[in-house]
Amino acid sequence: MTIPTQTLLVNGKNFTINADPNMPVLWVLRDIIGLSGTKFGCGSGLCGACTIHVDGAPMRGCLTSLKHVVGKQVTTIEGVEAERLKEKWAEHNVPQCGYCQAGQIMSAAALLAKTPQPTDGQIDEAMSGNICRCGTYPRIKAAIKAAVTENAEA
Amino acid sequence: MTTFTAVENISRRNVLKLFGAAGGGLALGATGLAWSPMALAQDKQAMMNLFIAIGEDNKVYLTCHRSEMGQGIRTGISQVLADELEADWDNVVVIQGLADKRYGSQNTDGSRSIRKHYTRMRQMGALARTMLEQTAAAKWQVPVSEVYAKSSKVFHKGSNKSLTFGELAIDAGKQTVPAIESLSLKSDNDFTHIGQSKTIVDMQDMLNGKAIYGFDIKLDGMVYASISRPPVLGSDVASLDDSEARKVVGVIDVIQLPVPKGAPVFQALGGVAVIATNTWSAMQGRKALKVSWTASVNDRHDTDKYMAELVDKVKQPGKVMRQLGDSVKNWPKQSTVNAVYTVPYLTHAMMEPPVATANVTAQGCELWSSTQTPQSTQQTVAALLGLKEDNVKVNVTLLGGGFGRKSKPDYSVEAAMLSQRLNLPVKVSWTREDEIQHGYYHAISSQFYQAKFDDNNKVDALLARTGFPSISSTFAEGVDMPSAGELDLGFTDVPLALPQIRLEAVKAVARTRIGWMRSVCNIQHAFGIGSFVDELAVKANKPCIQMWREMLGADRKETFADQGFSYGNYGEELADHPVDVARYHHLLDIMEATLAKQPKVTKNQGWGFAIHRSFVSYVAVATLVEVVDNQLQVLKSIAAIDAGLVVNPDRVKSQTEGAIIFGLSLAMMGEISFKNGKVTQSNFHDYPLLRLPQCPDIEVILVESNAKPAGVGEPGVPPVAPSLTNAIFAATGTRYRDLPLNKVLSV
Repeated sequence: MTIPTQTLLVNGKNFTINADPNMPVLWVLRDIIGLSGTKFGCGSGLCGACTIHVDGAPMRGCLTSLKHVVGKQVTTIEGVEAERLKEKWAEHNVPQCGYCQAGQIMSAAALLAKTPQPTDGQIDEAMSGNICRCGTYPRIKAAIKAAVTENAEA
Repeated sequence: MTTFTAVENISRRNVLKLFGAAGGGLALGATGLAWSPMALAQDKQAMMNLFIAIGEDNKVYLTCHRSEMGQGIRTGISQVLADELEADWDNVVVIQGLADKRYGSQNTDGSRSIRKHYTRMRQMGALARTMLEQTAAAKWQVPVSEVYAKSSKVFHKGSNKSLTFGELAIDAGKQTVPAIESLSLKSDNDFTHIGQSKTIVDMQDMLNGKAIYGFDIKLDGMVYASISRPPVLGSDVASLDDSEARKVVGVIDVIQLPVPKGAPVFQALGGVAVIATNTWSAMQGRKALKVSWTASVNDRHDTDKYMAELVDKVKQPGKVMRQLGDSVKNWPKQSTVNAVYTVPYLTHAMMEPPVATANVTAQGCELWSSTQTPQSTQQTVAALLGLKEDNVKVNVTLLGGGFGRKSKPDYSVEAAMLSQRLNLPVKVSWTREDEIQHGYYHAISSQFYQAKFDDNNKVDALLARTGFPSISSTFAEGVDMPSAGELDLGFTDVPLALPQIRLEAVKAVARTRIGWMRSVCNIQHAFGIGSFVDELAVKANKPCIQMWREMLGADRKETFADQGFSYGNYGEELADHPVDVARYHHLLDIMEATLAKQPKVTKNQGWGFAIHRSFVSYVAVATLVEVVDNQLQVLKSIAAIDAGLVVNPDRVKSQTEGAIIFGLSLAMMGEISFKNGKVTQSNFHDYPLLRLPQCPDIEVILVESNAKPAGVGEPGVPPVAPSLTNAIFAATGTRYRDLPLNKVLSV
């Protein structure tokens, strides 16, 4: 098979990619572009470690083929604008091993972009696809709620 | 015991070796290893000892020789070093140590990092500080007694003179190293960093996707491997058709690996490796392999059958491991309560599957591994490749979780074997399916408990039997009994004060690789005794906490004298870390008072309780559940932990929160099963873990203690499962003795 040259827009920058159009964007980011902040956890869309934004919507990088994101805006943990969330994450000392946290922050950022004042139920739902084996859930929830409170005050 | 040479001044050549100064012609990926071992052997830095270097720029480089897997040890070890050193925390840079015997044990498991290294790290800090103080005193021509260090400076008491650590570093590095015995360590009241909830040193890297884990290693010219391993332990490749695999775009090669011989130990499992230019192509190529496998002695391993046999065995007499009183003659005449508890195989399921990168050249082997055990990685790989250990360099990345799985270096061995064959740098990435199906499993287990009451409604005799395939079977063929060390984990060492106690173990043959997982055999043993004490409490119509009080008896330091039992105590002297019944009682009192303040439970709700000592720490857990229409919801967990003196209170709390969630996952939904010798589960859909909406509110009570620092990472796990099933009994009147609960309840 001939490998086409494709242009991928990641974090506002264009990258020229020579890769199988079926390659999941997770591996394009990690192995080809060299952005390793997006993590591999399950390869089946079950854990959320590879969560990225495609045109602002949260997507699983392990299930999203390169061909489906060509011409769209891909955002990763390295480029996402989520300063307030990250601040709250640090204040609550959320991470333990840290491996799943990029995916957690990407899911939380997508939630707050769409729903600036989420209910507890909406937080639960939006974060239910992201597994943390270390068990940082209570702090993730607290950090999101703290960021929401500031949204309300802003 | 390794002899420590940390107090010697270190030559430049050794420093180069220690910190893995760039060499080997490898360029790291775009982001680089910002946190990694680095060359400090420049003229602008001085090594004070193995763990501490100081730069002319006033930066303090502290080496963490233990692996970071979420417990916060890169921060904790640094706090201890920085405290006696009197370093300004803002100037601290943490360096990750390579595999090196001079550090002493680097095997980061057993909740040992602080409890085993606390004093030595303080001594290292004090040594370096003393050398800086001596240098300043010499410069000012004043007695050393007139100078003191504070916040990365040395001051003269009698004047306003001061010098920064940076200004003193080069000369201080040339000082004769003082004798450890000559040092005086601070009193606890003077700590500046110990006892502070410092933010973890890797926080910003973690939040910005810049932290480097094993999966993130990228070397120039590196190829990627995905390995199809024998589905049954002991089987080998019978036939291989790799024609379709080789057609996959990006696939470079297909290599068959040798099947291991003898006990599994840390050997690679064999199988067929697909080598490609990227991870995905390697995985795609692997899917296209057509492999058939030879028969194995383990082909008939079936967990339903195995468990039934194990349950049968614990009902028959076993080998007596601890005995008190005349129980053989008198037991059991009027047993009033008995129960059998079972826990299935479990696996670690850390978010980052096993991964390692190796580069084997004529000079030796360099590894980048997400490992809890750098030195056994070094030793195993050296033995396999026929190299001297010194020629195997092991770089330790951050670990995306470990929980014991990453203290088995089989995946690093795979990377080294393939790199040697291909003469290229190779990264071996395990998939989630690989992790779940080729683990070192927490052992399947069964326990039998029997007790009788005296005329005063007090328990006066206890018989317990435990059966599970031993971890020792992974290291030696033919082992079919639990080891004393495994029974010490929450079975033989519970300090019950009863007139008659008999504890026995039964045989079990291993049919897969058995390994240690966070809190190890304490998982099943705390579930057994924690459930049974609650059953006895129900029978006696007493609160569970009261039943524990009675069964533990008076405050004392239990030595188990004259009970035919020599206690290992997690490698600690009983003088340093006694089995202190008073500390149990203190936790019982705290939890009783805490529970008294909770709102009254409503219909379908109930609290459960359990307490357990492990890794020389004491943890009590209370759990509140609601069960409606067979749907279980865990509403609240309260844990009280007495881990002695703590270095970073927030990390102790976070570890305990995580331990509760780990314990809930295993109790509610954790199960690895085997059919025809193969693991049935494959990914998070059938080996689920607790998710955020299932997570209760968690409160952690950190009990103030001036006892010696004890374990933290593991001790929170064991009491969780029994406190949960006890709560379900309180809520519903139904007793669940077999885990996981999702077989009978919606979770």
